[in-house]
Amino acid sequence: MTLTLTDVRLTYPDGDRRLVALDAVNLRITPGELVAVTGPSGSGKSSLLAVAGALTSPESGTVRIEDADVTALDHKGRDRLRRERIGFVFQQANLLASLSALDQLLLVAHLSGASRRPAEARARQLLDRVELGGKAHKRPHQLSGGERQRVGVARALMGTPALLLVDEPTSALDHDRGEAVVSLLRDIAHEQHVATVMVTHDLHYLHLADRTVAMQDGRLAAG
Amino acid sequence: MFIAVRDLRFARGRFALLGAVIALMTLMVVLLTGLTAGLGAASVSAVAALPVDDISFQRPTDGQQVSFATSSLPAEAVATVAAQPGATAAWALGASTTRLQADGRSATVALLGGDPALYPALRQGQAPAGAEVALTADLAEAQSVSVGDTVAVGGQHVRVAAVVATTSFNHLPVVYTPISTWQNLARTDTITAVASTRDGEASAATDAAGMTTVSRDEAFTAVGGYASEQGSLNLMRGLLLAVSALVVGAFFTVWTMQRGVDLAVVRALGGSRGYLLRDALAQAGIVLLVGAAVGAGAAAGLGAVAARVVPFVLDASTVGVPLAAMVAVGALGAAFSVRRVSTVDPLTALGAAR
Repeated sequence: MTLTLTDVRLTYPDGDRRLVALDAVNLRITPGELVAVTGPSGSGKSSLLAVAGALTSPESGTVRIEDADVTALDHKGRDRLRRERIGFVFQQANLLASLSALDQLLLVAHLSGASRRPAEARARQLLDRVELGGKAHKRPHQLSGGERQRVGVARALMGTPALLLVDEPTSALDHDRGEAVVSLLRDIAHEQHVATVMVTHDLHYLHLADRTVAMQDGRLAAG
Repeated sequence: MFIAVRDLRFARGRFALLGAVIALMTLMVVLLTGLTAGLGAASVSAVAALPVDDISFQRPTDGQQVSFATSSLPAEAVATVAAQPGATAAWALGASTTRLQADGRSATVALLGGDPALYPALRQGQAPAGAEVALTADLAEAQSVSVGDTVAVGGQHVRVAAVVATTSFNHLPVVYTPISTWQNLARTDTITAVASTRDGEASAATDAAGMTTVSRDEAFTAVGGYASEQGSLNLMRGLLLAVSALVVGAFFTVWTMQRGVDLAVVRALGGSRGYLLRDALAQAGIVLLVGAAVGAGAAAGLGAVAARVVPFVLDASTVGVPLAAMVAVGALGAAFSVRRVSTVDPLTALGAAR
């Protein structure tokens, strides 16, 4: 699935004026490609993810995921798109405190109305893939930062997404654990042909990306 | 209920605390309801047992309510009421408080005078006539009096002709007697009120005859203290229900705020607003139902013990109705609080999106 952003502009209210978060952003990411998006705080990296992930609608421009115009969808359509075609890996993993590692993944299947038995088999397979098969029943507070982030990656893959959006996955990890997580994301992108956008301010892992783009004041430039 | 059930397990301490509060509130509401019904019965069960539609009282002065204590009508009022359009029968009714003495024991009793057709179900003996009375069963047992015994009522000796089903009037056990005997014992030639039946709409024509006619159930308020007693207890119940709604609402407001990021993550993962709302309401419903059921069960047990020493009614309505009311007001409070889950912005999951 190809992600295409064309002339995307996004602004937020900021007192009595509007703050430009994204300005004339054009970006195309093909299946199996891991693209790193860098830039200083407030440059618009997370806003790019929000628009690409159908979490918010741009003021102008279009966001297309394959042939679908995301900007034309209503909120129910955007919910469905996120459920079925988009995986999110959040900063700090953002796991639900009351759910075990296995349940974090089963929640995604539950939201999609999938049957429990095959969903559980797939969830266990994904936890094995991120080397957490033995900690399926641990809750977030019983896992290390790196383990939580890997559960987050597994959760993002649970719905078999065609587009993976990753927000600062290494911000809470030391270098080795951070590199392990980014390597895992790259391997998944390549193996499963998932178009992957990884927002990061950490330049240590850029060599693992297929391509890097930089953001500054809401504008995109080749990295 | 995927998240709801797991949240309940994870935060079981907090939910157990809320459940305990709901259980205690339900316990108090059910006990108050049983007590209210019990006190109500002790106050007016003799009036409720009258097989009539209406009761006519002496018209009270402006601003006053009809009252068994102050009403006084001439005996001819019975014929006046009987002559009203739609009236099918009318009986004189006398009500006073006096003293019953039997074999060295004594008790304050309500003396109700009237036709035997107005008495509760006969248990033993025959309907009294002349200088005879009928005692309610509890009174007869408490005074160790049987049919055929002689007792003193208001200082005059009368024969106990019958024992009838237990009723109370103004928290006093009741002695029934024919109206002529009542007038004799009460030393009056008037009557208190007129009880009547009808086969149509109530007629207001008694107003012209210096009377005020009310339905039998409206006449409960004519018993001294009934309205204020019931009003106080009902106010307490209402306040408890309101506090319950506030407690449940406050808990779920804080709970919803605490899990704001979790909810945003679920929205970002594609969970719909409706899904989050249903899940949150189901969670509140489980806590409410379990808490209220435990409280009602405990209240039923305590009520069964309390009924031996205080006026307390324990039946399906005094347990089921407050239980349902607790769940309803709790659900209202919870719904008011958790409605905000539907407004959670999935952007919050990204944290730094702005």
